Amino acid sequence: MKRVTVHEEWCLGCHLCEYNCAFANSGLSDMVKALKNTAIHPMVHVEEDGAIHYAVSCRHCEDPLCTKGCISGALTKGADGVVTIDRNRCVGCLTCMLLCPYGCIVTDENETVLKCELCVTNGRGTPACVEGCPNRAIVYEEVQA
Amino acid sequence: MNYVIVGGGPAAVACIEGIRSCDRDGSITVISKEPHPAYFRPLISYYLEGKSREQNIFCRDDDFYRNNSTATVFGTVTSLDSDGRTVALSSGEVIPYDRLCVCTGSSPFVPPMAGLDTVPRQFTFMTIDDALAIERAVDKNTRVLIIGAGLIGLKCAEGLLDRAGSVTVCDLAPRVLSSILDDDCAAIVREHLENCGIRFSLSNTAERFDTDTAYMKDGTTIEFDVLILALGVRPNIGFFKDAGGMCNRAILVENDMTTSLADIYAAGDCVEQYDITFGAKRIMALLPNAIIGGYTAGVNMAGGNRRFDNAAPMNSIGFFGLHIMTAGTYGDASQMIEEKGENSVKRFFIRDNKLIGFIIVGDVKGAGIYTDLVRTQVDLSALDFDMLRKDPNLIPFGQIYRRKTLRGVV
Amino acid sequence: MPINYILPEFEVERSDYRCIRCRVCERQCANGVHRYDPDGDVMLSDESRCVDCQRCVCLCPTRALKIKHNDGALRENANWKQNTILEIYKQANTGGVLLSSMGNPEPFPVYWDKILVNASQVTNPSIDPLREPMETRVFLGKKPHDIRRDSAGNLVTELPPQIELELPVMFSAMSYGSISYNAHKSLATAAEQLGICYNTGEGGLHEDFYPYGKNTIVQVASGRFGVYKDYLEAGAAIEIKMGQGAKPGIGGHLPGTKVGADVSKTRMIPQGSDAISPAPHHDIYSIEDLRQLVFSLKEATEYKKPVIVKVAAVHNIAAIASGIARSGADIIAIDGFRGGTGAAPTRIRDNVGIPIELALAAVDKRLRDEGIRQNVSLVVGGSVRSASDVIKAVALGADACYIASAALLALGCHLCRTCQSGKCNWGIATQDPELVRRLNPEVGKERLVNLLTAWKHEIKEMMGLMGINSIEALRGNRLMLRGVGLNEKELEILGISHAGE
Repeated sequence: MKRVTVHEEWCLGCHLCEYNCAFANSGLSDMVKALKNTAIHPMVHVEEDGAIHYAVSCRHCEDPLCTKGCISGALTKGADGVVTIDRNRCVGCLTCMLLCPYGCIVTDENETVLKCELCVTNGRGTPACVEGCPNRAIVYEEVQA
Repeated sequence: MNYVIVGGGPAAVACIEGIRSCDRDGSITVISKEPHPAYFRPLISYYLEGKSREQNIFCRDDDFYRNNSTATVFGTVTSLDSDGRTVALSSGEVIPYDRLCVCTGSSPFVPPMAGLDTVPRQFTFMTIDDALAIERAVDKNTRVLIIGAGLIGLKCAEGLLDRAGSVTVCDLAPRVLSSILDDDCAAIVREHLENCGIRFSLSNTAERFDTDTAYMKDGTTIEFDVLILALGVRPNIGFFKDAGGMCNRAILVENDMTTSLADIYAAGDCVEQYDITFGAKRIMALLPNAIIGGYTAGVNMAGGNRRFDNAAPMNSIGFFGLHIMTAGTYGDASQMIEEKGENSVKRFFIRDNKLIGFIIVGDVKGAGIYTDLVRTQVDLSALDFDMLRKDPNLIPFGQIYRRKTLRGVV
Repeated sequence: MPINYILPEFEVERSDYRCIRCRVCERQCANGVHRYDPDGDVMLSDESRCVDCQRCVCLCPTRALKIKHNDGALRENANWKQNTILEIYKQANTGGVLLSSMGNPEPFPVYWDKILVNASQVTNPSIDPLREPMETRVFLGKKPHDIRRDSAGNLVTELPPQIELELPVMFSAMSYGSISYNAHKSLATAAEQLGICYNTGEGGLHEDFYPYGKNTIVQVASGRFGVYKDYLEAGAAIEIKMGQGAKPGIGGHLPGTKVGADVSKTRMIPQGSDAISPAPHHDIYSIEDLRQLVFSLKEATEYKKPVIVKVAAVHNIAAIASGIARSGADIIAIDGFRGGTGAAPTRIRDNVGIPIELALAAVDKRLRDEGIRQNVSLVVGGSVRSASDVIKAVALGADACYIASAALLALGCHLCRTCQSGKCNWGIATQDPELVRRLNPEVGKERLVNLLTAWKHEIKEMMGLMGINSIEALRGNRLMLRGVGLNEKELEILGISHAGE
């Protein structure tokens, strides 16, 4: 399947991916309107320590722990391999956060879970983090196991 | 091949999926006590709280059983003939099997208590039917008394607080969530719950009931309208044990989910399996383990080869916005590292340079990275744990690990 | 902080409405212009550090930023321009030689812009490049004086060594040290894909780039950095650098701070030492000396590689080129006074040398007059900015063009002209690993390939409209050019008529 891969050596540590993600999933058409004076809850995040920096987002594991642990059936892996969250079902128990080995589960003010859905469910098609990455450090590509 | 699954909960659903991942043709029969499709048991408190709607509590879509060619028999298994490969139901029906999976779960444990039979409105909190009954019994003026400050009791308390006039929780233990928290962390949680409006009476329990009054050990009395008994659960192992299957408190299984009886597997809350953090078998009645165990059993029943060899206890639970996550064991730790933040405590329990358990109250972000350390038993001396304990991230794992996980398929 | 008299050259204009405090500008500015103040939840700017590289502007996701000239400060004076005054302050502050980079920004005439190209109408047909084959391939090197046949009467087709280019453009010399590893990798991989050459500059060839040898021109400069047998044999050609358009008459200077482990290894000099190229080659004081080096290099590479001699365009360029053409060199590269640099004394960059257009026309004419034009190919650089500049250069007599500033622009350079600081925010003219990684060579390669693919299309279009289907047929075809607004002398040197003639 096509996955978001992270090419650490090219990460600028600019954090644009986080803002592009938050904007893409805001449902609004203007970034200023969407992100001004609000805390953002991006589904991709940059981890950094000195010269090390890279983005991390859901790996859409072959055998995801989050879907197994989900106590509400809100997290499922579709036939296309994309792990999605049904926020109407999610009760915010955060078992998925306890299980995700990559720290890719986030929550927002609604206290339900948000996660990267590869911009499949928001109607974009190509992940916003990938499109907005200035140095191709985040790539959307076919990766075989 | 004729597969029979006793029990209709999440472990059974995962078992069906495990079987079907290897065998599309064999017949599957589920024998279920409850007249519902499999539902997520922990959701019953969220149902009471209004966070989860009734139609959303089911594990799978309506057509799951049909799509997986699974027949369901509603009934209770009373006996097992492992030589004759049959199970008998209370209705007298006898069902033959080639492979059997026991996913019977557990039942509320209610010890004998004086005067309990005088209480007209008493409930346990285990099934959706319990939740619906409690929902009907409780209104804004109801005084609720919950016996048991464990996971079930407290989630029930949270679920009811907004619906009821008052909620009081008592427990013989001196702290809340005594099975997963230590004293200090429990104190934080208790304070939070008290601030939210739940009353506690700890190190105390009801010695005797009379209709609407509990006479407590310390001599006080608590008046109530609804009594909820959340003292714990017991695995449902009766017919398996009677048939000579090896049990401790629950059914003993290997990491391929086989039991001591040929062609009989077990998964879910009714099993004891090897806890890698504890170094011995024990009950880890948790949804993730039920799902993984059930799936593993299903695959192996259908001739596949799968292991569930990194089971560990773990819990994620939240009360009124305060999240608590725990994993592993604490008692055998040779070292405890504490990381205190604003409104947050993390306690890491380490033995032989490996993380064997943790308790986090508050800042649970990214805690799965800690869980992974527990599950994989990585040697911490190779990691910068000082960095990790503050902020879970992948930096200490090194570039090779990140290349593998962030660029490959995991 | 002591008063230093220097007024900020630029202003940071931030739309507070648009700014979402994402702090990308802060993270991306190596000069430390932007800063977030959590107390006021506001972004602050220190204009005095701004070099107008536009990195923050380009990365700002809400387009909240604008960098503007700070032109309000000094009273207008046509003689004492703001920059002139600021330079005085800078020198009064430091006592040092002013340093600059990239090409001469002063308003000297750009002759490319005063030359127009002819097109076919009625009496001769133009060619549609989408329907007809168009040849942009060129071969650089010595060509035979006349047709020769062997004793059996067969044509002798053996040529001295040549460089084959898919289009008459090459990336000119930029050393590893002056630009980053990733910039070099972008150039090398793009050259390979385009079927052209890039040039190592005087900093040697990084071991990783030997596989791109057939698309590499290896340079031998007065410092001889990184020169050894394998290096000479690695490339498609060897270039002796006698001079550079941005700083004729002086050598290069790479400060020790940019000589890290990798640069040190490639240049074969101690880590941290200044790499100072002498102003002259100390073994070359005459054409005869040059001839010795040309043949030494040919000898060392068994006469398999063409040798290029690169000189800056200076006053006597025609006579100099004539000498070089007789030295045994196969190609002469001439670098005009607008050529770029990673660092040069400002006075030299802005006041020394002559325009490449005039130098090219003069050299081509001189070599033809002397009957030695076929001895050498001519490559010109020093601010070739577009496909039409290439067309005009070829029509003035060039075999090919060198581009460097244009290539860097394709890689992201915004011509802030502060390469000498080593803090290139675009990851090009820097050795700081944090900045170097900002240029993903995969992206860089694609952008360079895109640029020259576009130029190739444009070159074919322009050839077609002139009714020419082979770039070789355009070379020295000055009838295709007309000048506008040029005086008699300029037209005479360029060898073209005025428009309307």
